[in-house]
Amino acid sequence: MNKKHEKVIAPDVGWRNVTRAGIIPTAGNAEYYETGGWRTKKPVWIEDKCIHCLLCWRFCPDSSVIAEDGKFGRFDYEHCKGCGICVNVCPSDAIDFIDEGETSEGRNDGE
Amino acid sequence: MATLKEQSKKEQILTGGHRLCAGCGHGIAVRMVLNAAEDPLVIGCATGCLEVATTIYPYTAWRSSFIHNAFENAAATISGVEAAYKSLKKQGKIKDDFKFIAFGGDGGTYDIGLQSLSGAMERGHNIVYVCLDNGAYMNTGIQRSSATPRGADTTTSPVGKVIPGKQQFRKDLTAIMAEHNIPYAAQASPNNWRDLYNKAKKAFEVEGPAFINVMAPCPRGWRYNTPDIADILKLAYETRYWPLYEVENGEWKLNYKPKKYVPVEEWLKLQGRFRHLFRDENRYIIDEIQAEVDRRWEVLLERCGEK
Ligand SMILES: Cc1ncc(C[n+]2csc(CCOP(=O)(O)OP(=O)(O)O)c2C)c(N)n1
Ligand code: SF4
Ligand code: SF4
Ligand code: SF4
Ligand SMILES: [Mg+2]
Repeated sequence: MNKKHEKVIAPDVGWRNVTRAGIIPTAGNAEYYETGGWRTKKPVWIEDKCIHCLLCWRFCPDSSVIAEDGKFGRFDYEHCKGCGICVNVCPSDAIDFIDEGETSEGRNDGE
Repeated sequence: MATLKEQSKKEQILTGGHRLCAGCGHGIAVRMVLNAAEDPLVIGCATGCLEVATTIYPYTAWRSSFIHNAFENAAATISGVEAAYKSLKKQGKIKDDFKFIAFGGDGGTYDIGLQSLSGAMERGHNIVYVCLDNGAYMNTGIQRSSATPRGADTTTSPVGKVIPGKQQFRKDLTAIMAEHNIPYAAQASPNNWRDLYNKAKKAFEVEGPAFINVMAPCPRGWRYNTPDIADILKLAYETRYWPLYEVENGEWKLNYKPKKYVPVEEWLKLQGRFRHLFRDENRYIIDEIQAEVDRRWEVLLERCGEK
């Protein structure tokens, strides 16, 4: 979060110092709010099977499939809510959907 | 037509970290529409899940200028912004080109915001208005709207001893907007992302008002299996419940014609809000819904010069 913004809205800031009219001066700062903790299940990319069609990227409601250079890059687990939509639209079964907390050797979860 | 590869290289205007439910159709529809914009945007939202979940102080999920307003006046607000921009541009105080877009839910668009929307369209502002239709007032707890399908169980058309869900058929808002004789009106589905992208692109490009009605399923209110949103969206147009079409300068065009006849109950049966319709005593409602879907489809074919 940028300094100016942090100063403006930290929890201990009194009403006199909040932004006028509730203006939020930093466009897109919801990025600093993590929703990854909502997940009960987690999508896991299986690189070998991926054909880089980007349908998962197109359908994610949470901008949490990060494309890099026109290809599947990684999941953004700070924001992914584990809805499972990417898992179902993948035409190539290249996304596993596992219980949050489950670990399995050999799985590339991008972390 | 930009490929997904090309689309993915553009900056994503909607960030993660918004507070829409997991799997909400709004996030999908908004990301697809915004991907088609070439100019910087000013975005407005009618109150509803999208607006509430993306602008919880002190956060905003919009990498863009965003203007807050009330439930019933998103179209009025965004048309005011556009008018101010035009004036400032004329005075040389703004150099860059901007585009203006408002999103509203079906409650905010079909119902409470209809007169402000109608006014904005008639005045001819250069704006895009996108309705995200999830067929109820979801943000306040699933109350029926004039977009709610007949038979649906909502908290104000509750299934019980007295009524078997909503009693009326839904309003055909897309046709009503087209009849404003605006340069562009369309109905779209995120499952057909190519079609939606093209429509959004046209909407941004035309001079004057453009309206797109996008189906945006709500897993909470529709009660389907959240990961299955693409199937839900697909069946909505395959069954002809939600036809994909556009009206450009008065010319009606069907964008997708299903290859075979799929009964509407195929779409209904995936959703908990229609479960009661499959009881013997309520079957007649499915027949009535089917008859109305068929009737409206014939009218649409006629308008589109398909028969
Ligand atoms: C004038 C006014 N009446 C009522 C409300 C309460 N309210 C907030 S959001 C909402 C429902 C929004 O429904 P819809 O437009 O369909 O959007 P959705 O949440 O379903 O996406 C209501 C009734 C309000 N904010 N303002
Ligand atoms: S949908 Fe599947 S195949 Fe396509 S890019 Fe995503 S993971 Fe790869
Ligand atoms: S599980 Fe849902 S939120 Fe997470 S990356 Fe897939 S589509 Fe996005
Ligand atoms: S209640 Fe429905 S429309 Fe609202 S955020 Fe949740 S899924 Fe989306
Ligand atoms: Mg709604």
